[in-house]
Amino acid sequence: MNQIGHTAHPLPAGTPAPAFTLHATPDQTLSLEELRGHPVVLVFYPADWSAVCGDQLTLYNELRSEFHRYAAEIVGISVDGAWCHVAFREARHLHFTLLSDFEPKGEVARRYGVYRDQEGTTERALFVLDAEGIIRWSYVSPVGVNPGADGILEALERLGHAPAPAAGRAP
Amino acid sequence: MSGGRLTPPVHPEDHVQGAAHAPVTLVEYGDYECPHCGRAYPIIKRVQERMGSRLRFVFRNFPLAEAHPHAEHAAEAAESVAKHGGPEAYWVMHDLIFEHQQDGPATLGDSGLARLAGMAGVPAETVLADLKAAEFKDRVRDDFMSGVLSGVNGTPTFFINGTRFDGSWDEEPLMAALTAAAK
Repeated sequence: MNQIGHTAHPLPAGTPAPAFTLHATPDQTLSLEELRGHPVVLVFYPADWSAVCGDQLTLYNELRSEFHRYAAEIVGISVDGAWCHVAFREARHLHFTLLSDFEPKGEVARRYGVYRDQEGTTERALFVLDAEGIIRWSYVSPVGVNPGADGILEALERLGHAPAPAAGRAP
Repeated sequence: MSGGRLTPPVHPEDHVQGAAHAPVTLVEYGDYECPHCGRAYPIIKRVQERMGSRLRFVFRNFPLAEAHPHAEHAAEAAESVAKHGGPEAYWVMHDLIFEHQQDGPATLGDSGLARLAGMAGVPAETVLADLKAAEFKDRVRDDFMSGVLSGVNGTPTFFINGTRFDGSWDEEPLMAALTAAAK
């Protein structure tokens, strides 16, 4: 599934998600442990503004109500700075948190096994964590390919937190 | 993951052009305000013409409402026209929206959509009332979620005989893929 000559090793299902504290805005930080008690979707993406990322995050933005049905929190993570995220969120009307894995650069992505040394960016990687902070699903997409949301929703459904069957599918 | 399989398959609620027994079914998940879908529109028309009775075409709604502020209402207006005017009126409305997509900022506003509905044969006030009552919001959301579960990741996304088509949808490559699927 990945580009030739480069293999990502994302932390697999069953691994406790490594803790982190990152800037969400220039003057606010978010720690993973603050989200404990909810399923969490971590979306590592290479860069603000690039076309595929925009589409991918736009899609997740439209699905906020679906993620909320699973009581899940969704968080984007890239190596872009907090000010860059502010401008990007505003321009794309994104209503979820974007975290800056900026200093030391890519440190969190490295801990999750999804840093690309050569490019200096993160992989396009998805992690679904359960309410106890255990990774239940991880996926790395080729950098140029938008992975969509079906894998995330299926992983959330498997966690069994859904209060009702998802729209358009049998319970 | 779904592996890019159309879920659910084409069903009676879908908007369909062409014969049910056609050997190839092309499904588009589209957004009426998306410029790429606007560019795909005449291409679809041409491949429909070239494929003739061998092709059935289905359009499902996939409005990215935060990115395109008029996309949701455009989809709901088209559904309203389908309900009150029938399938023929629906396709007239569908075509009108894409043909006027780039006219100006007001074209896809509610009154612009109602005007297009009038041209498709459904009274403007009927469509405005449906938009106001969000009468077809659930219908549009059902399409959207079917797309998400089928692996749609942006617009337009196409499925050929139920499998996501990730190739180029320029006329010739799309035509080649459809022709291959018809065999």
